[in-house]
Amino acid sequence: MLEFSILNDLSKEGMKVLKRKVTAAENRKSVGGRLLVALKRHWQVYLMMLPAAVLLFLFAYLPMGGLVIAFKDYQFRDGIWGSAWMDPWYRNFEILFKNNANAMRAIRNTVLLNLLFIVGGTVFSLALALALNEVTNKQLKKICQSFSFLPYFVSTVVVGIFVTGMLGYESGVVNRFITALSGEKVAFYMNPAYWPIILLIVNIWKGAGYNAVVYLATISGFDETYYEAAKIDGASRAQQIWYISLPLLKPTVIIMTLLSIGRIMNADFGLFYNVTGDSPLLYPTTDVLDTYIFRALRETGDIGMSSATSFFQSVVGFVMVVLSNWIARKYEKDSALF
Amino acid sequence: MKKEKMTVGKALVYIYVILFALICLYPFLLTMGGSLMTDREATLEGFKVIPSDITFDSYRLIWANKNMILNGYKVTIIVTILGTCCSVIVNGMMGYGLSRRQLPGRAVVNLYVLITMLFNGGMVSWYIVCSRYLHLKDTLFALIVPSLVNAWNIFLIRNYFSGVPEEMSESAKLDGASEFTIFFRIYLILAKPVIATVTLFAALGYWNDWWLGLMLIDNTELHPLQMLLRSMMANIQYLQTMSQQSSEAQSMLANVPGNGVKMAMTVITTGPIILLYPFLQRYFMKGIMVGAVKG
Repeated sequence: MLEFSILNDLSKEGMKVLKRKVTAAENRKSVGGRLLVALKRHWQVYLMMLPAAVLLFLFAYLPMGGLVIAFKDYQFRDGIWGSAWMDPWYRNFEILFKNNANAMRAIRNTVLLNLLFIVGGTVFSLALALALNEVTNKQLKKICQSFSFLPYFVSTVVVGIFVTGMLGYESGVVNRFITALSGEKVAFYMNPAYWPIILLIVNIWKGAGYNAVVYLATISGFDETYYEAAKIDGASRAQQIWYISLPLLKPTVIIMTLLSIGRIMNADFGLFYNVTGDSPLLYPTTDVLDTYIFRALRETGDIGMSSATSFFQSVVGFVMVVLSNWIARKYEKDSALF
Repeated sequence: MKKEKMTVGKALVYIYVILFALICLYPFLLTMGGSLMTDREATLEGFKVIPSDITFDSYRLIWANKNMILNGYKVTIIVTILGTCCSVIVNGMMGYGLSRRQLPGRAVVNLYVLITMLFNGGMVSWYIVCSRYLHLKDTLFALIVPSLVNAWNIFLIRNYFSGVPEEMSESAKLDGASEFTIFFRIYLILAKPVIATVTLFAALGYWNDWWLGLMLIDNTELHPLQMLLRSMMANIQYLQTMSQQSSEAQSMLANVPGNGVKMAMTVITTGPIILLYPFLQRYFMKGIMVGAVKG
């Protein structure tokens, strides 16, 4: 939602840039002169914008240029430009895509788990927001909301430790519960089959409180008269939610979902790295692109492979952003990113 | 009949909300309890929210090796304070410039910032740029500078600043105020809600950050708290996996901080956030709403 309002403005900005370009082309003669005048008049403002512009250049634009590494035989000594080009130029990608079961697994896991999180997370947070909205006792509502927002404030490292407390083989609460019911202990950290659902629960546990605040803010903006009219017509609370709140929330939900789909290639590195404890036993269901790239980069030092994967992730991610944005714009003009 | 249904529905709603709130709270209490347990009880009976005999042994053990933690605290506090201040000022000044409607070139700079939200170079080239070209490895800057600028924050601030009437800065200018004065003395103060939001989220981000430490810091002297916690976790996990194969690792594990210490470390690193949470949470919630409901 935070994104949402900003996006509205950005689409207008995009149009303005185009228009300015046209006018700039018309008055090309005076561009140099006008620039000098502008600099003289506004140098203080430009100076104030400089630090952020430089930092964006260093940490966003330089890495974009660095994407060429994927086509190079990168040597630390020679740097990005000094290193030789790969021969053939797509060699790194050949290694990545040909008979590389691990890379395919990482791509599959990233997409499927993200889809699972989008669907599960949206349904759960929506339900939480609607439920919180129904709690009439102000005190209780406040306390419940505070508690459910709390997990947002801890790092994934801490979440990882929490999960060991719950699922540990010896002392984990869940296993104690199972043995109390005279069941067999479960070695969660040895069995990848459990992890998609565990990660979904962790993801909901950590994010639902935050998302509920977003949805609640939207709900609080709804026109009260709809509900009053429905009440006069004899609609129950449940009917009001079903026929008024949910349809009114639909645009927000659709836009937020499209934005998440735009980021479907990017996994939450912390969740997959810290909560699973980076255990190789769990890779079959938990190894995602980000963890895969990280290992190739920092542990095995395979720059060729990791840069090719990273390149693939950036480009597909960009296409997904543009695509989801295109759909969002078709659906609702104002909410598109550009 | 209808009324009956209503109450059942209401009860379900209450159960759902309260249950989820308790589930959110539970791991915090469990960690607290776990840190006050003897290792024996933890292994024999599992973690408990309220241990049957309370001991401060884990904390004592940590206190005996306090240098590392104190150093971690020092790094984290320096990074959080410096990072948050710089982040607010740098993003704020950019937002200020972008909010000036008649500024020539404003649209181009807008696009320059926007592009960074749509496309990125990915982890590998980011890492190579930071380590090979900017020489950030094992410096304190590595923990601060890379996450200073944030396009969302810039646009959030810009949107709020756009609502400030231009006459305000015009009249200040007539009085001889420079742009810097106008920004610091007028805009930052007028935009308190959004500045508070950006400040709090930046501070939370820096306090909880382990990613920059993981990527760019090898020297343990410069490890922030979250990174210390992470490496401790990883070491215990490693020994536990090894101990199933070798007796050497088993004996090492006996001397290594056990479950209690792990939990106590978690309490120590997360404590400040939890203590401040009751006072700050409503600003966070307001902050999200500032972003949500156009302010």
